[in-house]
Amino acid sequence: MDGSVGAEAVIQATGLVKRYKEVEAVRGIDLEVRHGEIFGFLGPNGAGKSTTISILCTLLTPTAGTARVAGIDVAHDPARVRQRIGLVFQDPSLDDQLTGRENLEFHAWIYSVPSSERGKRIDEMLALLQLTDRANSQVRTYSGGMKRRLEIARGMLHQPQILFLDEPTLGLDPQTRQSIWTHLNELRADKGITIFMTTHYMDEAEFCDRIAIIDQGKIVAQGTPDELKAMVGGDVVTITSSRPDEAAAEITKMLGVTPVRDNGSLRMEVPDAKVFVPRLVRELTAPVDTVTLRRPSLDDVFLKLTGHAIRDEAAGTKDQMRAMASRWMGRRR
Amino acid sequence: MDGPEEMSVETAAQGTRQSAPAVEPIDTRLASLRAIYIIWYRDILRYWRDRWRLVASLAQPLLFLVVFGSGLSSALGRGSLFGTAGGFSYIQFVYPGIIGMAILFTAIFGAMSIVWDREFGFLKEVLVAPIDRSAVAIGKALGSTTQAMIQGLILLVLAPFVGVKLSFLTIVELIPLAAVLAFGLSTFGVALASSMKSLQGFQVVMNFLMMPMFFLSGALFPLTNLPGWMTVLTRLDPASYGVDPLRRVVLAESGRSSALVDSFGLTINGQVLPIPLEAGIVLGFGAVMLGIAVVMFQRRD
Repeated sequence: MDGSVGAEAVIQATGLVKRYKEVEAVRGIDLEVRHGEIFGFLGPNGAGKSTTISILCTLLTPTAGTARVAGIDVAHDPARVRQRIGLVFQDPSLDDQLTGRENLEFHAWIYSVPSSERGKRIDEMLALLQLTDRANSQVRTYSGGMKRRLEIARGMLHQPQILFLDEPTLGLDPQTRQSIWTHLNELRADKGITIFMTTHYMDEAEFCDRIAIIDQGKIVAQGTPDELKAMVGGDVVTITSSRPDEAAAEITKMLGVTPVRDNGSLRMEVPDAKVFVPRLVRELTAPVDTVTLRRPSLDDVFLKLTGHAIRDEAAGTKDQMRAMASRWMGRRR
Repeated sequence: MDGPEEMSVETAAQGTRQSAPAVEPIDTRLASLRAIYIIWYRDILRYWRDRWRLVASLAQPLLFLVVFGSGLSSALGRGSLFGTAGGFSYIQFVYPGIIGMAILFTAIFGAMSIVWDREFGFLKEVLVAPIDRSAVAIGKALGSTTQAMIQGLILLVLAPFVGVKLSFLTIVELIPLAAVLAFGLSTFGVALASSMKSLQGFQVVMNFLMMPMFFLSGALFPLTNLPGWMTVLTRLDPASYGVDPLRRVVLAESGRSSALVDSFGLTINGQVLPIPLEAGIVLGFGAVMLGIAVVMFQRRD
């Protein structure tokens, strides 16, 4: 996407496998993340995203395979890797009895930021993430978006080469998500940092320079959002019908495309929707209730590659539970 | 030893450093000391910020002293151990025990805040830092040691109300003794918390460890002339060896004969233990507990 991005790899994983007793959470992953890019790791909940990021951050040891992060083998010298990476976890990890500034000071101390630099860097990161006004308030008075920003500021404090974010926008409202993205882009421009993030929001993945799509512990595609979207041929047409089975059979037979069933609707890729839709309406004997057509999105890529949609019921419920839990815990504390 | 391998890692690391700021190698020992300091400091900061807890924590000992102490002082009149002429009232006897109680509860609760940190996510921030994990156990143990010590020593302001005179020298003697007891119990708390994954185990610890430790420590009654089984249990309770010196130092100041003070002392085989030995036992216990806590923390989960 950006021609100035360096070509050297800052993360390189080969054949990563993580096995828990019976379950194989990660089943042979190869990855290459280049210096200075925002790399999105995309997939539904339970696909192995968190396990992979944990291996790269040295929080888990792989069952097989190797990974080098910032040039260092994660299995060989985890402490040196951790010194060079910043982490923003999926679940909150701030001390909300302390102020924002105190949380950053704590971090600066345990990461051995030189005392002469401590105050300066804390001020800079607070300003960059627009937290200066509230720096001396206790974190428990912060909004969800402010907490996230503070965690990003904290992850950057020891000047890491790579910032890892696990679902950084989970549970935030769309406006706050947008502002987190603005900050991440600023950080990259300002600090020349590489960003590796996981997400299951497809629309967010569009902001990444390159993405890898993971499903059931394996990478099914890797490339820029445009490259991946090009894998879906042309336009996406979705129809609903009161007799979907009959409609699907007719479309396959008469129009030569095989529709994918998705929650009661039929989805198909066609080279040119302008020509296709009139034919469809004319030739189908099964009733067509609605027709929608649009340019392909990453959702379509995912559906095409895996045969199922990324946001299923389970993910929605889990998000809701998480939001509920954090509200309840927040109040209790 | 593994020189060549180390070298190749170094070169590879340098290859990617061009545009990112160079990372200076950290002196690990210094880094651990820094980590211990800041983990300790965070505990003190939180303790200090929560002034209501400071005030509230005085309520329970006060209740014990006033109600329990006064009540039993009257009940245990003449003829009992506390009734003899020139002896102590029960309230004077129990006063140092209550100081011990404040230390015991604060130390273990303080150390158990690790479980809260785990529950609310903050522990993760500490565990992923590029530091030796022993620093986490040590910093936390020192944090609750400090809190428990302060919490115990605050109660010295109540001395005039229970008829105990304290000299400056007594207070100077009490500070290290309170610190030793606080350390022994804090490390015990950290060792317990290190293996606890949820808040659920907390109630169990409370009922099956803390309360028995408190009751058997001699805080509330002299550990003399007890039934055999109880004598054994009280001598196995590490808190006993911390409460006894507090009591002997507090009561020795009150001008009574040392023979009388010693009659309350902790004995093994009829021998009154010297205070330095008792302190040594508590310190030794603390060292073993800290060792266990460090090993538990260093296991990667």
